[in-house]
Parts: sequence; C-alpha cells; structure tokens
Amino acid sequence: MAIDVIDRLVGVTEGDALYALREQRPDAKRNAQASYDALFASDELEHVSQLERLAVAYWAVALTQSPAARHYRELLAAASPETLAALESALPGAVTSGPYGDFPAGPLSAENAPGPHWEPSAELRAAVGIRLAAALAHTHLLTFRPRDSSADALQALLDAGWSTTGIVTLSQLVSFLNFQLRVVAGLTALKGEL
Amino acid sequence: MSQQVIRHDFDAPNAFTQELLGWEAWLEPLPEEELTERHYDGLVDRRRAANPYFRLLVRDPDILGARTRTDNDIFYNEKGGLPRALRELAATSASRTNGCIYCASVHSRFASHHSKRPDDVQRLLDEGTAAEQSDPQWRAVIDASVALTETPVAFGAEHVRQLREAGLDDLAIADAIHGAAFFNWANRLMLSLGEPTPPQG
Repeated sequence: MAIDVIDRLVGVTEGDALYALREQRPDAKRNAQASYDALFASDELEHVSQLERLAVAYWAVALTQSPAARHYRELLAAASPETLAALESALPGAVTSGPYGDFPAGPLSAENAPGPHWEPSAELRAAVGIRLAAALAHTHLLTFRPRDSSADALQALLDAGWSTTGIVTLSQLVSFLNFQLRVVAGLTALKGEL
Repeated sequence: MSQQVIRHDFDAPNAFTQELLGWEAWLEPLPEEELTERHYDGLVDRRRAANPYFRLLVRDPDILGARTRTDNDIFYNEKGGLPRALRELAATSASRTNGCIYCASVHSRFASHHSKRPDDVQRLLDEGTAAEQSDPQWRAVIDASVALTETPVAFGAEHVRQLREAGLDDLAIADAIHGAAFFNWANRLMLSLGEPTPPQG
C-alpha cells in the first residue's frame, strides 16, 4: 500500500480508531496525500526545482516548530546536506510566533500586531543563492504574517528570477504545508484522547 | 527587466464583512485559450475557468486539483460529523485570525446561511474570535480553530475535551480540525496572490 504521510507523522496504522476515522473522509485523505505527491513527486520541475521544493518545505515546517519538520529535514539532508546546514544555522534567528502583521488601514488598524520582517543574511544568500533566499523570505512572510502579503512581495520574487508559475507552486507548497502540519497537530491531540 | 506584477488602483475592503466581494490577482491568470484537459482536470469544475483566482492557480494544475478535492470532502461530505454551519464557522474563525477579509466574507456568509444566526456570525467578524458566543459548540469550534491557526500550533488535548464536552463526536472533532487546517492553506493563497475588490453596489 502506498505511504500516507499524515498517517505516518501522526503514527496511525490500519486497524487504529484514527485510521477508521480518516477513512470516513476518504477523498480528503486521498487528496491530502495527492497534494503532497503533486508537490514532491512532480513531473514538472521547470519552474521550481526539486531542491528548491525540499529546502522551502523544511524551512516552512521548521519555522513553525512542528514535529513534522523531522520528515522534511530527512528529505533535505538526503538531497543537499549543504543547504540543510545553511538553513539550520539561519533558523534560530528566524523562528517566531504568529500570526501577526497589519490590516488594510481603517477600523482594523487597532488590531495590527508588530513582529519581525525577516530577511536572509548576506551569508545565507551566499550559501543558497538569491533565488532560494528570496523564496525563504517569502516563506517566512506566508508562515507568520500572511496578512502582510503584497504585490511588492511578489515583485521581489519575480526580480529574484521566479516565474509566475513558479510563484504559484511556491505559494501552494508553503500553504499546503501549513495545512498538513495542522492536521498532524490536530490528529495527534485527538489520538491522545481517543 | 524582470516581469512585473499587476497593480490595482481600487481601495480594497478594510473591514470584515458578509457582503459579496470580488478578488483580483497580482499575477496574470492563465489565458482561457491556453487551458488544456490537464488544466480542466485541475479546475475540477470547468466553470471555475471564469474565475481569476482559479485560473491563476491552474498554472500548477495537479496541486490545484488535489487541493480542491481535499476542500470538497472536508466541507461538503455530510455523512455524519460536524454540521455544515460549524464547518463554515471553523473556516471563518481561521480566516478572521489570519486576517483574510475575502475568505472570511465567503465563509461567514455560508455560516450565516446554514446556522440562520447572522448576528452571531457578524459579532465574530466585528469583535473578533474572543467575542462572546453563548452556544458551547460555537465556543468550542471557534477556540479550537484559533488554536490551530496560531503558529506554533496551540491546539491540544484541552481543545479536544472542550469539543467533546460540547457534545461533538470524534468524526465531528476531526472535521473541525480539518476545516480550520484547510483554511490555513486557503487563507495564505488568497492573501498572497491578490486582493479583494469592494462590494458591488
């Protein structure tokens, strides 16, 4: 049987109560895995390379301090230990908590919450290149302060060499992982209470 | 010179609302005449070709198709589990927390439609997720959705117990988890690839 990454990360096997529960939403289960496969086993790597996918994935999940980061760390370690080392040394300076950021000016401005606008260091840019470094900055924004998103943030990606299609895939990648790691967190808590 | 984003000169909405908003992309959607069968499979519903959000996302058709099929089962599979109104409440709570005015407008409307309690929904939009809700199931679903939306994720055993004590079964609790988690996917796409347009008329 094909691997289901969420089941593996939560520690669910056939016969468990949680396995039966997930089977009651079979399309959600199958397509959460199909989403993972579309991002990490794509036959279309022209706009986003496999290494870029793995590096952004590890960065996105590690930023949230999710235990699921282990899985992506292993994948990146196998593909590029140098990239993993560069990301791991940048991680302590990038981890924070969210969501924070600003609302469009108006009645919600009272709810604006300040927080860091993380940018890659010169050292990190030198290690991973400006293209991946720009993606890491965008990943930080999407992870912690999605409401600060802007046309300017996308222009920074275009200027760093990302195509329109590449930005769509990058955005899906980070957004999907923010779903997956929350399903893992939620089901892990539920499993402990079954 | 690199490619340029699309900039709009309308004033995007600056408050949460149940009104009907539009949405415009900052990047060029795929022109309709370039859509292939693989793209239509990614759109799932062919009518979505008319929508700029889906026609931008369809540039990567495989992940869009899997995303949409995940979404549909979480929100529309009504074989037991969480009532539709509460699934929409989970979506609205996540969107209110992340700050996605567009997503919150759509799903607060759905929550009002299914619950017939538009004032309770509007209070969540106006005053926030901490605003009073007297219904223990609403309180539990909102609290669980907010905890799941925080980074690092703050959802734990106490949220499972609160949902259960409010009378929700395990499938309903799993639905609440998936509904809030899914909007942490959807909010990030909607917020980062374009912006909402003002209500019509």
